[in-house]
Amino acid sequence: MVFDRFKSLLVAGFSAFLILFSGGVSAQKDSLKKEIKPGFDAKEIIFGHVLNNHDFHIIDFVGENGVKHPVSIPLPVILYSKQRGLAAFMSSRFHHGEANYDNYMMLTSEKIEELKLDPKKFSAQDIVAVNDNGAIDPSIRIYDISITRNVIQMFIGLALFTWVMLVIAKKYKFGQGVSSAPKGSQSLLEPVITFVRDEVAKPNLGASSDKYLPFLLTIFFFILINNIIGLIPGSANVTGNIAFTAVLGIISFVVILFSSDKHYWVHIFNPPDVPLGVKFILVPVEFISVFIKPFALIIRLFANMVAGHIIIICLISLIFIFGNMNKFAGWGTAPFSVAFTIFIYFIEVLVAFIQAFIFAMLTAVFIGQAIEGKQHQHDEKHEDSMLA
Amino acid sequence: MTIMLSTPLGNAGGAVGAGLAAVGAGIGIGQIGKGAVEAIARQPEVANDIRANMILTAALVEGAALFAIIVGFLAMVL
Repeated sequence: MVFDRFKSLLVAGFSAFLILFSGGVSAQKDSLKKEIKPGFDAKEIIFGHVLNNHDFHIIDFVGENGVKHPVSIPLPVILYSKQRGLAAFMSSRFHHGEANYDNYMMLTSEKIEELKLDPKKFSAQDIVAVNDNGAIDPSIRIYDISITRNVIQMFIGLALFTWVMLVIAKKYKFGQGVSSAPKGSQSLLEPVITFVRDEVAKPNLGASSDKYLPFLLTIFFFILINNIIGLIPGSANVTGNIAFTAVLGIISFVVILFSSDKHYWVHIFNPPDVPLGVKFILVPVEFISVFIKPFALIIRLFANMVAGHIIIICLISLIFIFGNMNKFAGWGTAPFSVAFTIFIYFIEVLVAFIQAFIFAMLTAVFIGQAIEGKQHQHDEKHEDSMLA
Repeated sequence: MTIMLSTPLGNAGGAVGAGLAAVGAGIGIGQIGKGAVEAIARQPEVANDIRANMILTAALVEGAALFAIIVGFLAMVL
């Protein structure tokens, strides 16, 4: 009883620590342009898609003098700093990095080169505070909590997913599918939910699967809807963002910690029937694996998604890279490139489902490992009585 | 983090590492597929269970390979 309260306090403290002291993590890389082939920069296209932006970039339209006019949907920029307080405005004020607004400047890759900034600290689409002359003020630290491209797409995915679920749930409320056979969209959703319940939750969680089923279903469908929407050409790359997957991994980690009981921690720090010499190796490994398992979840989802997106963009960019060298080579590459891309797209849809399933399944496995202590005790007692 | 194309050795190391990771993933998932297909051949009625386990194990092996690819990418970038 006391241990339960202490454990809850520990978990609450740990979660608060994670939230308060977590820094912003973003896989932002800048495409430092080298003059390889003026006319097509594959790296800029790839990183423009894979990273988070403050606007929805639609197309670049080349005007009369060869000047590039980007066309994009601007998104709100929300900045907070201790010295200047809260600032909120649309990203169109920055005019794609050409103008400063309200003593804030948005960096682009050209500016980083021009101002000789350290590329490890600054990347494109970062917003820095400037003073009235336009020089960067390094003492002001800005917390960028804008509604960026990924956030908008997450909201769209969430709205779509919630709407579909509510519409189908209402059909169940009117009795269809409860006392009669499910019809229409219910037969789309019911096998998926029964699959998660019977293949993911029940084998790993046993009796307490009902307690964790809402969480597992939410994780599964949220990752799935964001994966699928990310496959639409022109959309943002939500699940391929390390910050997004890190938050999901941390949530799973907190749930696993919350459901762990004394037997789990005894097994980690003092495994029974293990010789003392082996314990010296086993205990550190077991303790580190408590943290490595959610970390692997994070990296697995992130790497799978971002790798798929980069492959697709690279295959299409091949056409333009060859086209730059020789127009006919470009046209010739096109059919093969498109065929390959269609093939990879099929694989990516499969990977979208598989990665959502794997994340939910592994979370269920880890929760099952955390709660299995009581069942273990039971089995040991039965074993003894059988031997006797 | 910036792509600094001024370290060709870093790029080469990253690319070689990612290639080796692909070899590892290929061997690993090939073994999984071989075991799964043989098991289904022996007992076709549990094909669904075997398939579910095969996909789960393949995702774990691929996770390990993707760790290596991420490290290769970091070698290029950092």
